[in-house]
Amino acid sequence: MKAKGLYFSSYVLWLLLFVLAPVALILYQSFISINGNFTITNYENFFKIVAYLRMTFNSVFYAGLITLITLLISYPTAYFLTRTKYKQLWLMLIILPTWINILLKAYAFIGIFSQAGPVNNSLEWLGLGSHQLLFTNTSFMLVAAYIELPFMILPIFNAIDELDESLINVSRDLGANKFQTFWNVTFPLTLNGIKSGVQVVFIPSLSLFMLTRLIGGNKVITLGTAIEENFLVTQDWGMGSTIGVILIAAMILIMFLTGEKKRRGR
Amino acid sequence: MKKINIMFFGIILICLTLFIISFELEKDSSSGESDKTVNIFNWGDYIDPKLITKFEKQTGYKVSYETFDSNEAMYTKIKQGGTAYDIAIPSDYTIKKMIDNHLLLPIDHSKLKGLGNIDSKFLNLPFDPGNKYSLPYFWGTLGIIYNDKYVKASEVKHWDDLWNPRFKNSIMLIDGAREVMGLTLNSQGKSVNDTNVKDLQAAYEKLKKLSPNVKAILADEIKVYMAQDEAPLAVSYSGEAMEMMDNNKHLHYIIPEEGSNIWFDNMVIPRTAKNIKGAYAFLNFMLEPKNAAQNAEYVAYATPNKAAKKMLPKSMQDDKVMYPTNKTISHLEVYDALSQKNLSKYNDLFLQFKMH
Repeated sequence: MKAKGLYFSSYVLWLLLFVLAPVALILYQSFISINGNFTITNYENFFKIVAYLRMTFNSVFYAGLITLITLLISYPTAYFLTRTKYKQLWLMLIILPTWINILLKAYAFIGIFSQAGPVNNSLEWLGLGSHQLLFTNTSFMLVAAYIELPFMILPIFNAIDELDESLINVSRDLGANKFQTFWNVTFPLTLNGIKSGVQVVFIPSLSLFMLTRLIGGNKVITLGTAIEENFLVTQDWGMGSTIGVILIAAMILIMFLTGEKKRRGR
Repeated sequence: MKKINIMFFGIILICLTLFIISFELEKDSSSGESDKTVNIFNWGDYIDPKLITKFEKQTGYKVSYETFDSNEAMYTKIKQGGTAYDIAIPSDYTIKKMIDNHLLLPIDHSKLKGLGNIDSKFLNLPFDPGNKYSLPYFWGTLGIIYNDKYVKASEVKHWDDLWNPRFKNSIMLIDGAREVMGLTLNSQGKSVNDTNVKDLQAAYEKLKKLSPNVKAILADEIKVYMAQDEAPLAVSYSGEAMEMMDNNKHLHYIIPEEGSNIWFDNMVIPRTAKNIKGAYAFLNFMLEPKNAAQNAEYVAYATPNKAAKKMLPKSMQDDKVMYPTNKTISHLEVYDALSQKNLSKYNDLFLQFKMH
């Protein structure tokens, strides 16, 4: 019993120090105006200044697109992965790129997409001429999707892998065709994997900011950029925290929406 | 479960080993008391490393060298006082801010040797009258870099030329509110330190029209991109321009004659300094013309040390990029330290511009 209490208290201490305390500090800071007063001006400004609202829209829009792209690629990948012979090996190869720092990957893409890079070289060789690839919305989304891909594949893979094979056999025995089986049995049963995949990808995508500069050339401005600027350049920590609080609220909302609240009804 | 235990154990073991190694290394490098070490806080790649070795040999001090990448980051670190830096090298408007917030120690000119080597036009500047707190290290300007393969010299003479519809999607801008707002204000015949709300709004309205021409808003990466012919035009600093031009002979740098920014990076002694003697030793070391010249040759920014400038290779001395004529300099302005409110205004407008 004693050991249990020890484990439990260390866990609580961790939560207090590294989860609750920072969030509380950000929440407090977000009410401090640029003059050091305790007000709600920051929140008023956020909803009053058009730039911030557009940035919020941009963030949600691009994060949504990135999530959709990764989902479309990941589900089939994960599905076929579970059907392969050496699936653990394949899975490891997919996870391997996550061992490399995100900045290094971004710099690699700068080389790949540049005017004299391999992509443009091959386009030219094919007679399609060279194109401006860097600093476009497409390249930004492509690179972001590439980076987030493993985080979407993993939970979906696990969900499909854990699926009881006999359920599919039953469905086929009872006369459902391959598509019906997939749509009525496999898909609903792996929905939880998709949900956690969406959470893991969408939430960090909301505040991507290094990529917006390196690949997007600061033509895509998200809330992450605004936070960086408020903390480092303007040194208006209050406004930066306010945006942070709004992001946290958005994340809680996403968790709530993709959470398992329907269970109770059944 | 066993596997996980082994993995955790492995990770802890690796951490411990690394910790012990780094501890041992640090013990070696900082052996001796703290008054034998000089803590220097400087921009990245902003000193010839050979000079540090030379300084250590000459004076017997150990140098602990750390770098920062923005004035704001440096300011925050010094204000919080975690590390006792003996020397820091901030830019003009930050020096003013640090003086106002009592973060610097006054410099005793009687302990300096070779202050006379510094060109008098870089002394007694408005951000630090009488150089009570700072000594010039390097200086430079903001201007336009163009690639003669795509742009003719006659096409870029003024800031207004950036608005030319021919340059659609071809300009790389430096990611700074002061710089971009400043050049727009300059193009309208206003000061880079204008805080009139109407002027700023007008500048923003004009800046919005630049959006179609802007290819990207970047920081250090501009250097690499311009050298690779990724864009025909860029707005950046003279030192960065020098580096680009070394790598691509088609690049040229101009300072629009209607005005631009001139900036100074000066050496200061933060209030938290522990080794004041060591700090003065370093100041005097860097004032020596031979050392300043060596540094200027390595870093490729302009030295304010006129005795050192004479020691530079002829081609460097006559370089109009690094050392613009006095006539050009007379049109240039230093950034003032803005009040928090005005700084926010600049940044908000710049952020809105970026959204277009």
